[in-house]
Amino acid sequence: MLSDPITRRALLEVLILALALGPLGVWVLLHRQAYAAESMSHGLLPGLVLAALAGVPLVLGAAGGALVAAGAIALAARDERVGADLGVAVAVSTLFGAGALLALSPEVPPRLEELLFGDLLGISGADLLAAGGLAVAVGAALAAAHRPLALSAFDREAAPSLGAAPARWESALLVLLGVGTVAAAPGLGSLLLVALIIAPAAAALQLSRRLAPALAIAAGLAALAGVGGLALSYYADLAAGASVAMCAVAAPILARLAT
Amino acid sequence: MTLVRTHDLAGGYRPGTDAITGVSFAAEPGEVIAILGPNGGGKSTLFRALLGELPHRRGTVELAGRPAYVPQTERARLDFPVSALDVALMGAYGRTPFYRRLDRTPGLEALARVGLEAQAGERFGELSGGQRQRVLIARALVQDAQVLLLDEPLSGVDAPSAASIEALFEELRGEGRALLVATHDVRQARAWQRVLCLHGRQIAFGVPGCLTPAVLQATYGGELVVLPDGTSAIAVEHHEH
Repeated sequence: MLSDPITRRALLEVLILALALGPLGVWVLLHRQAYAAESMSHGLLPGLVLAALAGVPLVLGAAGGALVAAGAIALAARDERVGADLGVAVAVSTLFGAGALLALSPEVPPRLEELLFGDLLGISGADLLAAGGLAVAVGAALAAAHRPLALSAFDREAAPSLGAAPARWESALLVLLGVGTVAAAPGLGSLLLVALIIAPAAAALQLSRRLAPALAIAAGLAALAGVGGLALSYYADLAAGASVAMCAVAAPILARLAT
Repeated sequence: MTLVRTHDLAGGYRPGTDAITGVSFAAEPGEVIAILGPNGGGKSTLFRALLGELPHRRGTVELAGRPAYVPQTERARLDFPVSALDVALMGAYGRTPFYRRLDRTPGLEALARVGLEAQAGERFGELSGGQRQRVLIARALVQDAQVLLLDEPLSGVDAPSAASIEALFEELRGEGRALLVATHDVRQARAWQRVLCLHGRQIAFGVPGCLTPAVLQATYGGELVVLPDGTSAIAVEHHEH
């Protein structure tokens, strides 16, 4: 498998993403932002489609899409008349629908499948560089923000008196979620990338009673899911992104059975 | 040196809607002040104002340093993957740069002071309610503040924890700190140095002797129940904030 340069590049991509997205997922779950993670990844579809239309790198489209999705989610969540969940659901469905409409119009090249499910085996050197840079940025920011993120999630009421303003750090986490989503979108697609964020983290939080080991375990499980998924894809001739997502989702199920 | 002084403090969460008005009191070193009042009477709002977290505040607040705040234990996440020591050490987060490793010694010492040194490695969510409350107090001790704001620290805790907490209050008093304790326990409040009664506005502030039936009636209104023996009790319905 490793003799194949395409698979080697995909492996490098998924390992880089795993090291950032695994720990990011732990924070997302601890801050109860799993819905936001799914919403953001789905909501950036219009950005991906517009990038495909314009012929620019997908990572740029993902960045624009994530920005619009984050803004729409933040605005919708604040509308007390309809409630946060309903507001976010409406905003994300609208964005996803708009993305699908754009993608299905006759003028667009037939790349909807790639945008939804990613193209791990078609990752370019530029994609790899972009993913690497973004993943390092997410990992470094998470390490620097470890304490205020922990305070904000653990004891929201007392956090300000201990030096962490929860609203500010929750917003910072959403920004990092957006960056992580952008990094993963070209490889794993709008629909599947959330699996690598949420599933290994869910398993890690079942397996560990302490925060630091949970973060490390999540990174390890995400990497394992990446390697296992690519191996499954290579030997069983399955779609690479979907195989990685399936392996990631298996982690919390196995962890649940084991604990 | 006065550790807390407010003058005509007022404010709330929305402009034009005051949750407290006319609060003027002072806390000296070595004083425990009971903050009495019904649910929604302004106890938590007063704490938010003292912490500088009330969105709309008028009047003056003078504080000797940043106070430490001890919330009710059920406000903390029980499913969060942290040990008792991890929680105690959170008290040092504000003064430790993110790149510097935390010194575990203050956390262990604080846990020892609340009688939980042996539970340092136990998961916070698996401790009893009283033990969790003591861990949160240990976190405030690590903050090393001169003023502690405690939100119903004795409410619903087991007897050994309550005894440990009350003994600790005496120790902290002896160290010259001031403790502001929100409570519904009038009998307990009478044992402390000062009482501050709130019902949206300040009803009374002074030595416990000021807790006359009229003051209690003005403070608690319909929640005050007069028992057959002539004493009074507070009918409290706990609510989620």
